[in-house]
Amino acid sequence: MEPNWQLARKRPTLEKRARIIQQIRAFFVERNFLEIETPHRIPANVPERHIDAIPSADWFLHTSPELCMKRLLAAGYDKLFQICRCWRAGERGTTHLPEYSMLEWYRSHSDYHQLMHDCEELFLHLSLDQHISWQGKTIDLSPPWPRMTITEAFLQFSSTPLETALATEKFDSIIALDIEPNLPAYRPFFLTEYPIEHASLARKKPEDPLVAERFELYIGGLELANAFSELTDPVEQQQRFTKEELLRRKEGKPPYPSPAPFLKELSTLHPSAGIALGLDRLVMLFCDQNKIDEVVSFTPEQL
Amino acid sequence: MYNCSDLKKGLKLLIDGDPHVIVQYDFTKPGKGQALYKCKLRNMITGALFDRTYRSGESFEPASLEERDMQYLYQDDSGHIFMDKKSYEQIILTEETLGDDKYFLVDNMDVEILMYGERAIGISLPIFVNLRVTQSDPWVKGDTAAGNNKPATVETGYTLQVPSFVDEGTLIQIDTRTRNYVTRVKE
Repeated sequence: MEPNWQLARKRPTLEKRARIIQQIRAFFVERNFLEIETPHRIPANVPERHIDAIPSADWFLHTSPELCMKRLLAAGYDKLFQICRCWRAGERGTTHLPEYSMLEWYRSHSDYHQLMHDCEELFLHLSLDQHISWQGKTIDLSPPWPRMTITEAFLQFSSTPLETALATEKFDSIIALDIEPNLPAYRPFFLTEYPIEHASLARKKPEDPLVAERFELYIGGLELANAFSELTDPVEQQQRFTKEELLRRKEGKPPYPSPAPFLKELSTLHPSAGIALGLDRLVMLFCDQNKIDEVVSFTPEQL
Repeated sequence: MYNCSDLKKGLKLLIDGDPHVIVQYDFTKPGKGQALYKCKLRNMITGALFDRTYRSGESFEPASLEERDMQYLYQDDSGHIFMDKKSYEQIILTEETLGDDKYFLVDNMDVEILMYGERAIGISLPIFVNLRVTQSDPWVKGDTAAGNNKPATVETGYTLQVPSFVDEGTLIQIDTRTRNYVTRVKE
Protein backbone atom coordinates (compact mmCIF):
# COMPACT_ATOMS: atom_id res chain seq x y z
CA MET A 1 0.00 0.00 0.00
CA GLU A 2 1.25 3.49 -0.82
CA PRO A 3 1.21 6.34 1.74
CA ASN A 4 -2.07 8.32 1.94
CA TRP A 5 -1.47 10.94 -0.69
CA GLN A 6 -4.43 13.13 0.31
CA LEU A 7 -2.50 13.73 3.55
CA ALA A 8 1.02 13.72 2.12
CA ARG A 9 0.28 16.35 -0.52
CA LYS A 10 -0.74 18.93 2.11
CA ARG A 11 2.76 19.10 3.56
CA PRO A 12 3.82 22.50 2.08
CA THR A 13 0.58 24.09 3.28
CA LEU A 14 0.80 22.57 6.74
CA GLU A 15 4.42 23.74 7.06
CA LYS A 16 3.37 27.25 6.14
CA ARG A 17 0.42 27.08 8.54
CA ALA A 18 2.81 26.21 11.38
CA ARG A 19 5.03 29.22 10.52
CA ILE A 20 2.02 31.55 10.38
CA ILE A 21 0.86 30.45 13.84
CA GLN A 22 4.38 31.06 15.21
CA GLN A 23 4.36 34.55 13.66
CA ILE A 24 0.94 35.32 15.14
CA ARG A 25 2.17 34.31 18.61
CA ALA A 26 5.26 36.49 18.18
CA PHE A 27 3.09 39.44 17.09
CA PHE A 28 0.96 39.34 20.25
CA VAL A 29 3.80 38.53 22.63
CA GLU A 30 5.80 41.54 21.28
CA ARG A 31 2.81 43.74 22.09
CA ASN A 32 2.57 42.46 25.66
CA PHE A 33 -0.52 40.32 25.21
CA LEU A 34 -0.70 37.36 27.58
CA GLU A 35 -1.41 34.02 25.91
CA ILE A 36 -4.17 32.23 27.78
CA GLU A 37 -5.69 28.77 27.65
CA THR A 38 -9.27 28.30 28.85
CA PRO A 39 -11.33 25.08 29.11
CA HIS A 40 -12.78 23.73 25.87
CA ARG A 41 -15.59 22.00 27.73
CA ILE A 42 -17.87 24.38 29.62
CA PRO A 43 -21.28 24.27 31.35
CA ALA A 44 -22.78 27.15 29.32
CA ASN A 45 -22.03 28.96 26.08
CA VAL A 46 -23.39 32.34 25.04
CA PRO A 47 -27.03 31.72 24.12
CA GLU A 48 -27.04 32.68 20.46
CA ARG A 49 -29.95 32.08 18.19
CA HIS A 50 -27.93 30.82 15.21
CA ILE A 51 -25.00 29.07 16.89
CA ASP A 52 -25.50 25.50 18.07
CA ALA A 53 -23.09 23.98 20.58
CA ILE A 54 -22.06 20.34 20.55
CA PRO A 55 -22.96 18.63 23.86
CA SER A 56 -20.19 16.87 25.77
CA ALA A 57 -21.62 14.68 28.54
CA ASP A 58 -23.72 17.12 30.63
CA TRP A 59 -21.73 20.16 29.43
CA PHE A 60 -20.87 21.60 26.02
CA LEU A 61 -17.82 22.08 23.83
CA HIS A 62 -17.22 25.82 23.63
CA THR A 63 -18.35 27.64 20.48
CA SER A 64 -15.82 30.39 21.30
CA PRO A 65 -13.58 31.02 24.32
CA GLU A 66 -15.14 34.47 24.79
CA LEU A 67 -16.91 33.98 28.13
CA CYS A 68 -13.78 32.78 29.94
CA MET A 69 -11.64 35.42 28.21
CA LYS A 70 -13.98 38.20 29.34
CA ARG A 71 -14.05 36.88 32.92
CA LEU A 72 -10.26 37.17 32.92
CA LEU A 73 -10.49 40.71 31.55
CA ALA A 74 -13.01 41.55 34.26
CA ALA A 75 -10.56 40.16 36.83
CA GLY A 76 -7.98 42.74 35.74
CA TYR A 77 -5.98 41.10 32.94
CA ASP A 78 -5.77 43.83 30.32
CA LYS A 79 -4.41 42.29 27.10
CA LEU A 80 -5.11 38.64 26.30
CA PHE A 81 -4.99 36.31 23.33
CA GLN A 82 -5.84 32.69 22.68
CA ILE A 83 -5.44 30.26 19.77
CA CYS A 84 -7.76 27.31 20.24
CA ARG A 85 -10.22 24.85 18.77
CA CYS A 86 -13.92 25.72 18.72
CA TRP A 87 -16.92 23.58 17.82
CA ARG A 88 -20.20 24.52 16.15
CA ALA A 89 -22.78 21.87 15.27
CA GLY A 90 -23.77 21.43 11.65
CA GLU A 91 -21.34 23.94 10.13
CA ARG A 92 -19.67 22.30 7.14
CA GLY A 93 -18.96 24.02 3.84
CA THR A 94 -16.17 25.35 1.61
CA THR A 95 -15.08 27.74 4.39
CA HIS A 96 -16.66 26.02 7.43
CA LEU A 97 -15.64 23.11 9.62
CA PRO A 98 -17.59 21.98 12.70
CA GLU A 99 -14.24 21.91 14.55
CA TYR A 100 -11.98 24.78 13.61
CA SER A 101 -9.25 27.06 14.91
CA MET A 102 -9.98 30.46 16.33
CA LEU A 103 -7.69 33.33 17.21
CA GLU A 104 -9.24 35.68 19.76
CA TRP A 105 -7.72 38.75 21.35
CA TYR A 106 -9.03 41.22 23.92
CA ARG A 107 -8.06 44.66 25.17
CA SER A 108 -9.44 46.44 28.19
CA HIS A 109 -9.58 50.28 28.25
CA SER A 110 -10.13 50.09 24.51
CA ASP A 111 -12.78 49.85 21.79
CA TYR A 112 -13.45 48.37 18.36
CA HIS A 113 -11.51 51.08 16.52
CA GLN A 114 -8.31 49.85 18.16
CA LEU A 115 -9.13 46.30 17.00
CA MET A 116 -9.41 47.46 13.38
CA HIS A 117 -5.96 48.93 13.76
CA ASP A 118 -4.72 45.63 15.28
CA CYS A 119 -6.07 43.73 12.26
CA GLU A 120 -4.16 45.98 9.88
CA GLU A 121 -0.94 45.57 11.86
CA LEU A 122 -1.32 41.79 12.21
CA PHE A 123 -1.75 41.23 8.47
CA LEU A 124 1.15 43.55 7.66
CA HIS A 125 3.26 41.58 10.14
CA LEU A 126 2.37 38.32 8.37
CA SER A 127 2.87 39.56 4.80
CA LEU A 128 6.22 40.11 3.13
CA ASP A 129 5.36 43.10 0.96
CA GLN A 130 1.96 44.52 2.05
CA HIS A 131 0.19 42.24 -0.43
CA ILE A 132 -1.56 38.88 -0.48
CA SER A 133 -1.84 36.96 -3.75
CA TRP A 134 -5.01 34.94 -3.48
CA GLN A 135 -6.87 33.08 -6.23
CA GLY A 136 -5.43 35.27 -8.97
CA LYS A 137 -6.12 38.52 -7.09
CA THR A 138 -3.52 40.79 -5.57
CA ILE A 139 -4.92 42.18 -2.34
CA ASP A 140 -3.38 45.46 -1.23
CA LEU A 141 -2.90 45.49 2.55
CA SER A 142 -1.65 49.05 2.90
CA PRO A 143 -3.47 50.78 5.79
CA PRO A 144 -5.91 52.24 6.54
CA TRP A 145 -8.35 49.66 5.20
CA PRO A 146 -11.66 50.93 3.82
CA ARG A 147 -14.74 50.64 6.00
CA MET A 148 -18.46 50.97 5.42
CA THR A 149 -21.42 50.90 7.77
CA ILE A 150 -24.18 48.33 7.38
CA THR A 151 -26.61 51.17 6.61
CA GLU A 152 -24.38 52.38 3.74
CA ALA A 153 -23.88 48.81 2.47
CA PHE A 154 -27.64 48.22 2.27
CA LEU A 155 -28.13 51.52 0.44
CA GLN A 156 -25.42 50.68 -2.04
CA PHE A 157 -25.87 46.93 -2.67
CA SER A 158 -29.34 45.81 -1.60
CA SER A 159 -32.65 46.42 -3.32
CA THR A 160 -34.36 45.69 0.01
CA PRO A 161 -34.11 48.54 2.58
CA LEU A 162 -32.37 47.66 5.85
CA GLU A 163 -35.55 48.17 7.95
CA THR A 164 -37.51 45.76 5.72
CA ALA A 165 -34.69 43.21 5.81
CA LEU A 166 -34.67 43.30 9.61
CA ALA A 167 -38.45 43.05 9.89
CA THR A 168 -38.66 40.08 7.50
CA GLU A 169 -35.59 38.23 8.79
CA LYS A 170 -33.79 38.68 5.47
CA PHE A 171 -30.84 40.56 6.98
CA ASP A 172 -28.45 37.58 6.97
CA SER A 173 -29.28 36.33 3.48
CA ILE A 174 -28.91 39.84 1.99
CA ILE A 175 -25.50 40.18 3.67
CA ALA A 176 -24.40 36.79 2.32
CA LEU A 177 -25.93 36.88 -1.15
CA ASP A 178 -26.12 40.58 -2.13
CA ILE A 179 -23.51 42.45 -0.08
CA GLU A 180 -20.58 40.06 0.47
CA PRO A 181 -20.09 39.27 -3.26
CA ASN A 182 -19.97 43.01 -4.03
CA LEU A 183 -17.35 44.02 -1.48
CA PRO A 184 -14.05 45.16 -2.99
CA ALA A 185 -11.94 42.14 -3.96
CA TYR A 186 -8.55 43.86 -3.94
CA ARG A 187 -8.67 45.46 -0.49
CA PRO A 188 -9.47 44.21 3.00
CA PHE A 189 -12.75 45.69 4.13
CA PHE A 190 -14.52 46.42 7.42
CA LEU A 191 -18.32 46.29 7.57
CA THR A 192 -19.28 48.25 10.69
CA GLU A 193 -22.13 49.47 12.96
CA TYR A 194 -24.42 46.44 13.00
CA PRO A 195 -28.08 46.75 14.01
CA ILE A 196 -28.31 46.21 17.75
CA GLU A 197 -30.43 43.06 17.35
CA HIS A 198 -27.51 41.50 15.45
CA ALA A 199 -24.92 42.05 18.16
CA SER A 200 -25.94 40.31 21.35
CA LEU A 201 -22.75 41.06 23.35
CA ALA A 202 -21.76 44.40 21.85
CA ARG A 203 -22.04 47.89 23.28
CA LYS A 204 -24.52 50.34 21.80
CA LYS A 205 -22.94 53.22 19.95
CA PRO A 206 -23.46 56.24 22.21
CA GLU A 207 -24.33 58.55 19.27
CA ASP A 208 -26.74 56.04 17.70
CA PRO A 209 -28.28 53.50 20.10
CA LEU A 210 -29.89 51.57 17.22
CA VAL A 211 -26.50 50.22 16.19
CA ALA A 212 -23.73 48.36 17.98
CA GLU A 213 -20.00 49.05 17.92
CA ARG A 214 -19.37 45.87 15.98
CA PHE A 215 -17.45 45.11 12.79
CA GLU A 216 -16.75 42.20 10.49
CA LEU A 217 -13.50 41.97 8.54
CA TYR A 218 -13.62 40.71 4.96
CA ILE A 219 -10.58 39.94 2.80
CA GLY A 220 -10.94 38.75 -0.79
CA GLY A 221 -14.61 38.02 -0.13
CA LEU A 222 -13.80 35.78 2.85
CA GLU A 223 -15.29 36.73 6.17
CA LEU A 224 -12.31 36.70 8.52
CA ALA A 225 -13.26 38.19 11.86
CA ASN A 226 -16.07 39.46 14.05
CA ALA A 227 -15.29 42.12 16.66
CA PHE A 228 -16.98 44.57 18.99
CA SER A 229 -16.74 46.89 21.93
CA GLU A 230 -17.99 44.84 24.87
CA LEU A 231 -21.30 45.43 26.54
CA THR A 232 -20.41 45.84 30.22
CA ASP A 233 -23.89 46.26 31.71
CA PRO A 234 -24.95 42.93 33.35
CA VAL A 235 -28.64 43.84 33.38
CA GLU A 236 -28.79 44.69 29.69
CA GLN A 237 -26.68 41.61 28.89
CA GLN A 238 -29.08 39.38 30.83
CA GLN A 239 -32.03 40.87 28.92
CA ARG A 240 -30.35 40.21 25.58
CA PHE A 241 -29.50 36.62 26.56
CA THR A 242 -33.11 36.03 27.59
CA LYS A 243 -34.29 37.37 24.24
CA GLU A 244 -31.93 35.09 22.29
CA GLU A 245 -32.88 32.13 24.44
CA LEU A 246 -36.60 32.76 23.80
CA LEU A 247 -35.93 32.88 20.04
CA ARG A 248 -34.04 29.58 20.29
CA ARG A 249 -36.91 27.90 22.10
CA LYS A 250 -39.45 29.32 19.66
CA GLU A 251 -37.52 27.54 16.90
CA GLY A 252 -37.64 24.28 18.84
CA LYS A 253 -33.94 24.32 19.74
CA PRO A 254 -32.74 22.78 23.01
CA PRO A 255 -32.62 25.26 25.92
CA TYR A 256 -29.21 26.49 27.05
CA PRO A 257 -28.24 27.16 30.65
CA SER A 258 -27.37 30.78 31.43
CA PRO A 259 -23.66 31.59 31.90
CA ALA A 260 -24.23 32.91 35.43
CA PRO A 261 -20.63 33.57 36.62
CA PHE A 262 -19.94 35.59 33.46
CA LEU A 263 -23.04 37.76 34.02
CA LYS A 264 -22.11 38.29 37.65
CA GLU A 265 -18.51 39.32 36.95
CA LEU A 266 -19.39 41.53 33.96
CA SER A 267 -19.94 44.45 36.36
CA THR A 268 -16.19 44.69 36.98
CA LEU A 269 -15.29 44.77 33.28
CA HIS A 270 -13.73 48.05 32.15
CA PRO A 271 -14.65 49.38 28.69
CA SER A 272 -13.12 46.66 26.53
CA ALA A 273 -13.09 45.19 23.06
CA GLY A 274 -12.59 41.72 21.69
CA ILE A 275 -12.27 39.96 18.35
CA ALA A 276 -12.62 36.41 17.03
CA LEU A 277 -10.71 35.63 13.84
CA GLY A 278 -11.04 32.39 11.86
CA LEU A 279 -7.47 31.14 11.81
CA ASP A 280 -8.06 28.52 9.11
CA ARG A 281 -9.39 31.19 6.76
CA LEU A 282 -6.39 33.42 7.46
CA VAL A 283 -4.18 30.47 6.49
CA MET A 284 -6.27 29.98 3.32
CA LEU A 285 -5.42 33.55 2.30
CA PHE A 286 -1.69 33.26 2.91
CA CYS A 287 -1.48 29.79 1.31
CA ASP A 288 -3.58 30.78 -1.73
CA GLN A 289 -6.16 28.05 -1.08
CA ASN A 290 -9.90 28.38 -1.73
CA LYS A 291 -11.11 25.49 0.44
CA ILE A 292 -10.75 25.16 4.20
CA ASP A 293 -10.13 21.42 3.67
CA GLU A 294 -6.76 22.28 2.12
CA VAL A 295 -5.34 24.05 5.19
CA VAL A 296 -6.15 21.50 7.92
CA SER A 297 -4.52 18.11 8.39
CA PHE A 298 -7.80 16.20 8.58
CA THR A 299 -11.38 17.03 7.67
CA PRO A 300 -14.18 15.20 9.55
CA GLU A 301 -14.81 13.13 6.40
CA GLN A 302 -11.22 11.82 6.50
CA LEU A 303 -11.43 10.51 10.06
CA MET B 1 -38.78 14.37 4.90
CA TYR B 2 -35.32 15.85 4.77
CA ASN B 3 -34.28 19.04 6.52
CA CYS B 4 -31.44 21.42 5.70
CA SER B 5 -28.83 19.42 7.62
CA ASP B 6 -29.46 16.46 5.26
CA LEU B 7 -28.59 18.47 2.15
CA LYS B 8 -25.44 17.32 0.37
CA LYS B 9 -24.12 16.72 -3.11
CA GLY B 10 -25.92 13.82 -4.76
CA LEU B 11 -29.08 14.01 -2.62
CA LYS B 12 -32.27 13.55 -4.62
CA LEU B 13 -35.31 15.70 -3.83
CA LEU B 14 -38.79 16.06 -5.22
CA ILE B 15 -39.38 19.72 -6.17
CA ASP B 16 -42.60 20.82 -7.90
CA GLY B 17 -43.32 17.16 -8.69
CA ASP B 18 -40.02 16.45 -10.46
CA PRO B 19 -37.01 14.58 -9.09
CA HIS B 20 -33.96 16.81 -8.70
CA VAL B 21 -30.40 16.03 -7.74
CA ILE B 22 -28.05 18.38 -5.88
CA VAL B 23 -25.00 18.72 -8.14
CA GLN B 24 -23.22 21.39 -6.09
CA TYR B 25 -23.68 22.20 -2.45
CA ASP B 26 -22.21 24.70 -0.01
CA PHE B 27 -22.98 25.77 3.51
CA THR B 28 -22.42 29.37 4.48
CA LYS B 29 -23.20 31.59 7.39
CA PRO B 30 -22.65 35.32 7.56
CA GLY B 31 -21.13 36.47 10.85
CA LYS B 32 -23.28 35.28 13.68
CA GLY B 33 -26.27 35.02 11.38
CA GLN B 34 -28.57 32.40 10.02
CA ALA B 35 -27.19 29.40 8.12
CA LEU B 36 -27.68 29.36 4.34
CA TYR B 37 -27.56 26.24 2.21
CA LYS B 38 -26.56 27.05 -1.36
CA CYS B 39 -27.53 24.37 -3.87
CA LYS B 40 -27.15 23.91 -7.59
CA LEU B 41 -29.91 21.53 -8.61
CA ARG B 42 -30.46 19.51 -11.77
CA ASN B 43 -33.97 18.59 -12.78
CA MET B 44 -33.50 14.88 -13.51
CA ILE B 45 -36.28 14.88 -16.12
CA THR B 46 -35.47 18.00 -18.14
CA GLY B 47 -31.78 18.31 -17.28
CA ALA B 48 -32.30 21.99 -16.40
CA LEU B 49 -29.75 23.43 -13.93
CA PHE B 50 -30.57 26.18 -11.47
CA ASP B 51 -29.37 27.68 -8.18
CA ARG B 52 -31.41 27.83 -5.04
CA THR B 53 -30.50 28.97 -1.52
CA TYR B 54 -32.35 27.46 1.42
CA ARG B 55 -32.51 28.73 5.00
CA SER B 56 -32.53 26.55 8.11
CA GLY B 57 -36.03 25.43 9.00
CA GLU B 58 -37.04 24.41 5.48
CA SER B 59 -37.89 20.79 4.71
CA PHE B 60 -37.75 18.67 1.57
CA GLU B 61 -39.51 15.66 0.14
CA PRO B 62 -37.17 12.83 -0.91
CA ALA B 63 -37.44 11.70 -4.54
CA SER B 64 -38.24 8.01 -4.36
CA LEU B 65 -36.33 6.42 -7.18
CA GLU B 66 -36.15 2.73 -7.92
CA GLU B 67 -32.67 1.36 -8.57
CA ARG B 68 -32.08 -1.39 -11.13
CA ASP B 69 -28.88 -3.43 -11.35
CA MET B 70 -27.40 -3.01 -14.78
CA GLN B 71 -24.14 -3.40 -16.61
CA TYR B 72 -22.49 -0.65 -18.64
CA LEU B 73 -21.83 -1.96 -22.15
CA TYR B 74 -20.41 0.74 -24.40
CA GLN B 75 -20.90 4.19 -25.89
CA ASP B 76 -22.12 4.93 -29.39
CA ASP B 77 -23.57 7.92 -31.23
CA SER B 78 -26.90 7.58 -29.45
CA GLY B 79 -25.36 7.69 -25.98
CA HIS B 80 -24.23 5.29 -23.27
CA ILE B 81 -25.76 1.81 -23.44
CA PHE B 82 -26.62 -0.20 -20.30
CA MET B 83 -28.13 -3.68 -19.96
CA ASP B 84 -30.47 -5.02 -17.29
CA LYS B 85 -28.69 -8.03 -15.81
CA LYS B 86 -31.88 -10.04 -15.37
CA SER B 87 -34.04 -9.21 -18.38
CA TYR B 88 -31.18 -8.31 -20.80
CA GLU B 89 -33.21 -5.23 -21.71
CA GLN B 90 -30.98 -2.41 -22.99
CA ILE B 91 -31.39 1.25 -22.23
CA ILE B 92 -29.61 4.40 -23.40
CA LEU B 93 -28.60 7.35 -21.27
CA THR B 94 -27.48 10.57 -22.96
CA GLU B 95 -24.45 12.64 -21.95
CA GLU B 96 -26.75 15.37 -20.62
CA THR B 97 -28.46 12.92 -18.29
CA LEU B 98 -25.18 11.44 -17.06
CA GLY B 99 -23.41 14.76 -16.49
CA ASP B 100 -19.93 14.26 -15.03
CA ASP B 101 -20.76 10.66 -14.12
CA LYS B 102 -19.89 9.74 -17.72
CA TYR B 103 -16.19 10.08 -16.82
CA PHE B 104 -16.35 7.16 -14.41
CA LEU B 105 -17.89 4.51 -16.64
CA VAL B 106 -15.74 1.50 -17.51
CA ASP B 107 -16.92 -1.15 -20.00
CA ASN B 108 -18.74 -4.06 -18.30
CA MET B 109 -18.94 -2.19 -14.98
CA ASP B 110 -21.92 -2.90 -12.71
CA VAL B 111 -23.94 0.22 -11.92
CA GLU B 112 -27.35 1.00 -10.50
CA ILE B 113 -29.68 2.80 -12.85
CA LEU B 114 -32.09 5.22 -11.22
CA MET B 115 -35.62 4.78 -12.47
CA TYR B 116 -38.39 7.36 -12.18
CA GLY B 117 -41.43 5.29 -13.11
CA GLU B 118 -40.36 3.58 -16.33
CA ARG B 119 -37.81 6.23 -17.14
CA ALA B 120 -34.05 5.89 -16.58
CA ILE B 121 -32.88 9.26 -15.29
CA GLY B 122 -29.44 8.68 -13.83
CA ILE B 123 -26.93 6.28 -12.37
CA SER B 124 -25.42 5.41 -9.01
CA LEU B 125 -21.69 4.86 -9.45
CA PRO B 126 -19.62 2.45 -7.37
CA ILE B 127 -17.62 4.37 -4.74
CA PHE B 128 -14.27 3.39 -6.22
CA VAL B 129 -13.47 3.18 -9.93
CA ASN B 130 -10.16 2.20 -11.54
CA LEU B 131 -9.09 4.19 -14.59
CA ARG B 132 -5.87 4.31 -16.60
CA VAL B 133 -3.81 7.49 -16.92
CA THR B 134 -3.49 8.36 -20.60
CA GLN B 135 -1.72 11.68 -20.31
CA SER B 136 0.46 13.25 -17.65
CA ASP B 137 3.63 15.26 -17.98
CA PRO B 138 6.71 13.90 -16.23
CA TRP B 139 7.27 15.66 -12.92
CA VAL B 140 10.29 17.94 -12.70
CA LYS B 141 12.24 16.87 -9.64
CA GLY B 142 12.80 19.74 -7.26
CA ASP B 143 9.56 21.46 -8.18
CA THR B 144 7.92 21.31 -4.78
CA ALA B 145 5.77 24.41 -5.25
CA ALA B 146 2.70 22.37 -6.10
CA GLY B 147 3.16 19.95 -3.22
CA ASN B 148 4.39 17.09 -5.38
CA ASN B 149 1.25 16.88 -7.44
CA LYS B 150 0.47 17.34 -11.11
CA PRO B 151 -2.52 17.09 -13.43
CA ALA B 152 -3.28 13.81 -15.19
CA THR B 153 -5.94 12.81 -17.70
CA VAL B 154 -7.50 9.36 -17.55
CA GLU B 155 -8.88 7.18 -20.37
CA THR B 156 -12.39 8.68 -20.10
CA GLY B 157 -11.09 12.24 -20.54
CA TYR B 158 -11.39 13.24 -16.89
CA THR B 159 -8.54 15.39 -15.51
CA LEU B 160 -7.52 15.35 -11.87
CA GLN B 161 -4.54 15.98 -9.58
CA VAL B 162 -2.29 12.98 -8.92
CA PRO B 163 0.99 12.47 -7.05
CA SER B 164 4.18 13.19 -8.98
CA PHE B 165 5.13 9.48 -9.14
CA VAL B 166 2.09 8.50 -11.22
CA ASP B 167 3.18 7.91 -14.82
CA GLU B 168 1.27 7.57 -18.06
CA GLY B 169 -0.18 4.09 -18.36
CA THR B 170 -0.66 3.65 -14.60
CA LEU B 171 -4.00 2.30 -13.41
CA ILE B 172 -5.31 4.48 -10.57
CA GLN B 173 -8.23 4.28 -8.16
CA ILE B 174 -10.57 7.28 -7.96
CA ASP B 175 -13.18 7.98 -5.27
CA THR B 176 -16.33 8.88 -7.25
CA ARG B 177 -17.80 10.83 -4.31
CA THR B 178 -14.94 13.33 -4.11
CA ARG B 179 -13.56 12.59 -7.63
CA ASN B 180 -10.10 12.51 -6.07
CA TYR B 181 -7.13 10.20 -6.58
CA VAL B 182 -6.88 7.47 -3.96
CA THR B 183 -4.02 5.13 -4.89
CA ARG B 184 -2.23 3.27 -7.67
CA VAL B 185 -3.72 -0.13 -8.49
CA LYS B 186 -1.39 -3.16 -8.56
CA GLU B 187 -1.81 -5.15 -11.76
